[in-house]
Amino acid sequence: MSPRPVLADVEKGTELPEQVHRVTRADLVRYAGASGDLNVIHWNERVALEVGLPGVIAHGMLTMGLAARSVTAWAGDPGALVEYHVRFSRPVVVPDDDAGAEVVVRGRVSALLEDGRVRVDLTVTSGGDKVLSLARAVVDLS
Amino acid sequence: MTLDAGLVGRSYPPSAVYEVGREKIAEFATAIGDPDPAYRDQAAARALGHPDVIAPPTFAIVVTMGAGSVVLDDPDVGIDYSRVVHGEQRFTHHRPIRAGDRLVCTATIDAVRSVAGNDMLTTRVDVSTDDGEPVCTATSMLVGRGAS
Repeated sequence: MSPRPVLADVEKGTELPEQVHRVTRADLVRYAGASGDLNVIHWNERVALEVGLPGVIAHGMLTMGLAARSVTAWAGDPGALVEYHVRFSRPVVVPDDDAGAEVVVRGRVSALLEDGRVRVDLTVTSGGDKVLSLARAVVDLS
Repeated sequence: MTLDAGLVGRSYPPSAVYEVGREKIAEFATAIGDPDPAYRDQAAARALGHPDVIAPPTFAIVVTMGAGSVVLDDPDVGIDYSRVVHGEQRFTHHRPIRAGDRLVCTATIDAVRSVAGNDMLTTRVDVSTDDGEPVCTATSMLVGRGAS
């Protein structure tokens, strides 16, 4: 784990270390079990295609959880993430192979707020497409 | 179908107590691939000032999903779950969820909208301990995609 960032060293534009994740069908099954979200579109290609999706897609909440890791790892204390919002703009399609889908998470400090809090804007892409939009976290560095 | 604007403000009875287990937190952290010791090691969590292991920020969805499905099961709402996709999600953490918490959820419909045949339902779930301490507010926007 990295040491906690010192508020005085953080400024608007400070970049968080980039994280790259791979999501396979096995990861979707594991997330379904751990979260209790058993929606078939996350593990059954036949049903996913029937309802008009391009294939089996990752749980939006898994993508949101992966993206949060960039913020919590940077903050050094996961409890420092006090506010977190995303819009699921495009599904992460997970192919039936060993490589899975790639999810790339970048973040930068977009505002210094009051009481030692900072806002972080996240850019989350898969295959070059933005899969989350308006992805923002507020981190308490006080 | 189109959601009735009169649903806005409808609140549902508090959920049964959800007791947060340390194994469930660790299982969830593993499912998002996060090795952070604050999710597994009580000493590491205490070193950060937490009384016990804490849960990842998005773990709150595990606790609130049941309360959210009460809304989807409301016959006046009537959204087909197999046609639902998650549109937006927000968490406001008043403090981290931690092992041993006994949590109660109260769901309220915050907004309904219909755009181009799709129903958009925004549900707020307020999470508190069973003795009334506010812990988290989770707001979910679900899209019921119209049959085309």
